Amino acid sequence: MNERVQYTGIPSEAELLASPGVPSRQRLEQGPVAFIECVQEIPCNPCEEACPFGAITVGEPITNLPVLNGEKCTGCGMCIAQCPGLAIFKVHLRYKEATSLVEFPYEYCPLPRKGDRVPCGDRKGDYVADGWVVSVKNARGNDGTAVVAVEVPRACCLEVRTICRKEYR
Amino acid sequence: MGGRTVKTTQVAVIGAGPAGLAAAIEVARAGGSVTVIDENAKPGGQLFKQIHKFFGSREHRAGVRGFHIGEQLLVETRELNVEVLLDSPVYALFPDKTVGYIHDGKEVCLKAEKIIIAAGAAENALAFPGSTLPGVMGAGAAQTMINVHRVLPGKRILMIGSGNVGLIVSYQLMQAGADVAALIEAAPQIGGYGVHAAKILRAGVPIHLSHTVKRAMGKDQVESVEMMELDARWQPVAGSEKILAVDTVCIAVGLTPLTELAWLMGCEFAFVPGLGGHVPKHDLNMETTVPGVFVAGDISGVEEASTAMEEGRLAGTACAEGLGLLERERARDLKTVIWERMNALRTGPFGDGRRKAKDHLVGLPVGGYE
Ligand SMILES: Cc1cc2nc3c(=O)[nH]c(=O)nc-3n(C[C@H](O)[C@H](O)[C@H](O)COP(=O)(O)OP(=O)(O)OC[C@H]3O[C@@H](n4cnc5c(N)ncnc54)[C@H](O)[C@@H]3O)c2cc1C
Repeated sequence: MNERVQYTGIPSEAELLASPGVPSRQRLEQGPVAFIECVQEIPCNPCEEACPFGAITVGEPITNLPVLNGEKCTGCGMCIAQCPGLAIFKVHLRYKEATSLVEFPYEYCPLPRKGDRVPCGDRKGDYVADGWVVSVKNARGNDGTAVVAVEVPRACCLEVRTICRKEYR
Repeated sequence: MGGRTVKTTQVAVIGAGPAGLAAAIEVARAGGSVTVIDENAKPGGQLFKQIHKFFGSREHRAGVRGFHIGEQLLVETRELNVEVLLDSPVYALFPDKTVGYIHDGKEVCLKAEKIIIAAGAAENALAFPGSTLPGVMGAGAAQTMINVHRVLPGKRILMIGSGNVGLIVSYQLMQAGADVAALIEAAPQIGGYGVHAAKILRAGVPIHLSHTVKRAMGKDQVESVEMMELDARWQPVAGSEKILAVDTVCIAVGLTPLTELAWLMGCEFAFVPGLGGHVPKHDLNMETTVPGVFVAGDISGVEEASTAMEEGRLAGTACAEGLGLLERERARDLKTVIWERMNALRTGPFGDGRRKAKDHLVGLPVGGYE
């Protein structure tokens, strides 16, 4: 079985590890940070301009993979709604004692509300754990792409990437 | 022939999609008179169905939703006083560059000095037992229903084809409130962008590679589908059949350039599979083998709105130059910049093939052509 994204639709662990948009474990330990899960060379660069701190570089040619500078990234999450591929996430590993905060783009109705308990899913949409919605950002500049932050048990913060659509409608 | 109205313009553009509108804008900007003709009630072509944020670079308005790009094009056409005729199917082109179209039940002839054909592409069909049942439709048709007319074609959908159209329309069907039971793809790998696939996987849609549809079943409409696995030689794997309860089957197996009008004009064609089949030969100005007749957008090879707009700009600029509205050097500078932007789009594992196919097409020898 081939694990690569063109066979599964999901970047494999190896692809994510090798991706210049995914922060190191060390950087993750230091505080909130963006995860750019973009592993195919497609002609696209809005993320570069979206970052107010210049932490994302695509450059020329435009098919380069986005490179995340972990030192410049403040974990503000401004890039999440600007990625046309909905492929940027944010993880705050040590959010509270035993929990992490995961932020992801969400474009379905109904939108969850702050305080909701929601079933959280992985990259395949499979249920991982329940999470608590900490914020739902849907500013004008997001142009309809809401950014949802959920508090989840720390052990699953690298898996959770969405609200399970099958369970939550 | 009596009763026909005859109008004149410098440049007639057929199709008000991104290619046609961008072409018209360039002609008008150079000071030319230009008329865009489209059969639809609304201009914009495919763009008004595209509710997702586009890829590309800033110059290509990446990150902007397709229909907003369409709205911006319409603002520019209005500001430049481009004439856009709607509800007007073009049925013929005559050798003297007269465009025949129908409006309000009446035939109209538009006499032009140059013609730009930007008619776009049509969805490919797929025939299988049961494919004539109500509920089987093109993915583009489903997309028009949900995003333009706000009608849900069904509640449980099977999508056939993993190119970007199949992936994106699956996502949009879920946004519209339907369930996508599965997406099947005959090839052993996903055709479209991984990020589009990832979006629907996150929503719990299984993607079955090396699978095809055997038949659709139902009394008055689709009630279920039998799918099966294909082996490495694309032959059915015995015993792999599975039944899936769905009420709608969407087909997204590619597009073919809408080239009838170019055939009518006597343009020479080339068969380039990487561009969607038979496409009119054209040069770096987008001019076909018939002098004064240009093509732009999906008709000259199925690509994207971003490349369609660039090709439109090229054709519009070349027309303006041909009409003496732009000096040669100025036109050359403008066209060089457009080609550079377009080549940047045609890079990477998804664009390289199209770049090679286009280079091949542009490089093909044409009879009596400078
Ligand atoms: C699901 C989907 C998603 C897409 N996503 C993207 C994306 O993210 N980024 C991107 O860049 N591109 C995307 N595209 C591709 C893009 O929409 C097309 O490549 C682009 O619209 C082609 O432009 P065009 O002007 O050549 O043709 P069209 O947009 O098809 O316009 C052609 C127009 O000509 C009219 N016409 C045709 N024949 C006649 C006639 N005889 N008389 C009168 N009018 C006529 C048609 O009705 C139509 O309005 C997507 C396409 C689809 C289907």
